[in-house]
Amino acid sequence: MRSVQQHLSEFTRRGIHVAAISVDSVDINRTHTQKMGYTFPVLSDSSAGVIRRYDVLHPSAGPKSTDIARPAEFFVDSSGIVQWVNLTNNIAVRARPEEMLRAIDAAPRSQ
Amino acid sequence: MKRQWNWALWVGFVIAVGGLFSYEFFVQFPITRDFPWANLLLFAIGAFLLLIGLVRAFGRPQDYRGKVFGSIFAAIGLVLFGFFTYEIFYVLEQVPASVQAPRIGQKAPDFSLPDQTGKQVGLTELLSPGGAVLIFYRGYW
Repeated sequence: MRSVQQHLSEFTRRGIHVAAISVDSVDINRTHTQKMGYTFPVLSDSSAGVIRRYDVLHPSAGPKSTDIARPAEFFVDSSGIVQWVNLTNNIAVRARPEEMLRAIDAAPRSQ
Repeated sequence: MKRQWNWALWVGFVIAVGGLFSYEFFVQFPITRDFPWANLLLFAIGAFLLLIGLVRAFGRPQDYRGKVFGSIFAAIGLVLFGFFTYEIFYVLEQVPASVQAPRIGQKAPDFSLPDQTGKQVGLTELLSPGGAVLIFYRGYW
């Protein structure tokens, strides 16, 4: 997420919004984004409803066996169609912004 | 004659312990997070020094100390290394398959969620003008 912030202007230049989603509350997100200086929206899905709808739920993997999100990245084009997905098979390995930008530049856009 | 201090055992042990506990530090950087080569390198250096120390302790016991505590250090080092590889190469890979996740060419499910200021943000507004990158993450709780 820190590296996303560092590359944010490259997304913005392409007219792309970046948003992060987790089960964290708005309060935690406010504190964390202020501390880290994140300027992109960090969304709170505390009931994990959206996380479930995207089937990126990691059941019982959170504190006190609560359900959380598994790391996953999607690029959705302006008409709402997914053009790139990254579903890691290792929690520690996530897509880097450079990788996302390369995939985005290579992806077709539906009009 | 007084036996020499077997420094290789001590230094090797400290480096091996560092190999485990430095993960918190190295995980901050993608290059040492995606594959924990920095930690593995520390473990390797630690193991090498421990081995030198043990060879000295057992090969020339009249010159060097460390037969007992060297063996204990080496055993603890092995346990730490085992724990590390289990965590990194097994536990971290226990990720659900997400077979129903939207695939390329499918419509992304719509949503509206509060951002860090409490303002509702919908997918539709994120998509304009050039699309959106959605990053799901585990959270900080």
